[in-house]
Amino acid sequence: MSTERLRSGLAHTTAVLAAVIFTTPLVYAFFSALKPSREVLLAPPTLIGSEVRWSNFAEVFDYAPFTTYIMNSFLTSVAGVMVVLFVSATAGYAFARLRWRGREVVFVLFLGTLMVPQEVLVIPMFVVMQWFGWVDTYPALILPWAFTAFGTFLMRQFFRGIPYELEEAARVDGAGPVRTFTRIILPLAGPALAVLAVFTFLNYWNSYLWPLIAVNDYATLGTLPIGLASFSSQTGTRWDLQMAASIISMVPTTLLVVALQRHLVKGIATSGLGGR
Amino acid sequence: MRHRERWHALGFISPALAGLTVFTALPVALAVVMSLFDWPIFGDREFIGLGNYRALLTDTPDFWPALRNSVLFTVLYVPTNLAVALGLALLLGPRLHGRAVFRVLFFIPVVTPMVANALVWKLVLQPQGLLNGLSTAWLGITLPNFLVDRNWAMIAIVVMSVWAGMGYNMLVLTAALEQLPTSVLEAARMDGAQGWRLLIRVTLPLISPAIFFAAVMTIIGSLQVFAQPQLLTGGGPGTSTIPLVMFIYDTGFTFQDLGLAAAAAWLLFVLIIGITVLQFRAQRRWVHYEH
Repeated sequence: MSTERLRSGLAHTTAVLAAVIFTTPLVYAFFSALKPSREVLLAPPTLIGSEVRWSNFAEVFDYAPFTTYIMNSFLTSVAGVMVVLFVSATAGYAFARLRWRGREVVFVLFLGTLMVPQEVLVIPMFVVMQWFGWVDTYPALILPWAFTAFGTFLMRQFFRGIPYELEEAARVDGAGPVRTFTRIILPLAGPALAVLAVFTFLNYWNSYLWPLIAVNDYATLGTLPIGLASFSSQTGTRWDLQMAASIISMVPTTLLVVALQRHLVKGIATSGLGGR
Repeated sequence: MRHRERWHALGFISPALAGLTVFTALPVALAVVMSLFDWPIFGDREFIGLGNYRALLTDTPDFWPALRNSVLFTVLYVPTNLAVALGLALLLGPRLHGRAVFRVLFFIPVVTPMVANALVWKLVLQPQGLLNGLSTAWLGITLPNFLVDRNWAMIAIVVMSVWAGMGYNMLVLTAALEQLPTSVLEAARMDGAQGWRLLIRVTLPLISPAIFFAAVMTIIGSLQVFAQPQLLTGGGPGTSTIPLVMFIYDTGFTFQDLGLAAAAAWLLFVLIIGITVLQFRAQRRWVHYEH
């Protein structure tokens, strides 16, 4: 009994210690964001500078077109989520519930596209953007990665779990596939759509390599990750502002995870990103 | 009726089909073609057969270092990531008070922008940053300048990446541990298996499918590393931390040689597929499936 208690006390202490070490960089970044610029890298390191400058968080928006970066990130993420949800739900329905010749073959082809990593696609994708005249446009930031088969796969798996009786009843009432889809299937698909929406939002919000390629005009079309680098220049780095901006960019996704914390383990287990 | 269903199916699937054709099939085909051409961003293109591949393997000075760096990163990163993730998953088990809070905490960097994560660590690792500064002030020990030191730069990138990425595997393994049949564990305990023996003989084999899944996905991801070295070291000092994806990006968009970049991307693809196939071949030796 007492060794049991000792062991659980030890485990708890280890966890707390690990958590403290783990969060130290973030805490340090946060306090650095509150310092006057020239004190960020003063030796010896201190937690709090000669004054606490909350105004740094406001100055971020004056120093760089930071409002534009945030708006661009939100716009492309939300638009990306909407396209992905629409495309995945419709295709997932066709694969899960409609009977047509060649369904299995086409599905395997769909899954095959998941093997190709983004890094192989970015170079030719840039040329496709040149052909379309899409370099430095919003469609270039939104559409190229909105058709991943992952979403279709996820929705198909979910739709297959919905009892057929519900659909049969609607069919008997004379509803065609479109009505069945919008009235019966979609309203039940909330949880799966939510999982897909979260994954997609995170992908767009954090994406870095592609915006770097698709956009030259950072001041107008830059997204947050690209904007964060703009606090470094030839003349040096405004560490205070860069940290404030980094913290700001972390807030929405962190809130998302905290809000969804109860579903975290289960969400990872079920969406499993493809089972085994 | 059946006939109409086919047309409806075509309607439902056409957005995805059109999108995958334009934004996946077309680029893949184009990537093959491009890799056979001298293809600058602007200007005339010229067919050169396997010239790009030959150039990569024989006279592109940065290619082999980049390949070596990606492999080295993977070799250092994946085991560390899995070990830390497994350790935390075991530590934050069902009997630990407040485990939900800890799990969320360790997971946060997985979802925050990698660029922000890397910039935070760039500050921490500055010569007057938190780590070096505290070491000098408290212990009187001057630490190396990690990000520009030939021996330390890659290690710094790996440590930063493990910090940012291991939370995902922690949750994958946690999910696996939570699904373990308690009866089996109880039976093993009754047989006297405890501590390390229980872990190595019973628990780990039981969750080996999850470990395998985590290993495969993490290796694929780490061969594609880009943002962390690009922001922390810029690939330096010298070429000591340029990974393949950064080489591809620089070749394509700094040196504007898209054909050479496309060829390098195919070599990366072959590497990823090859290693994944090898893993599936090797899994029979250590992965135990229930059914």
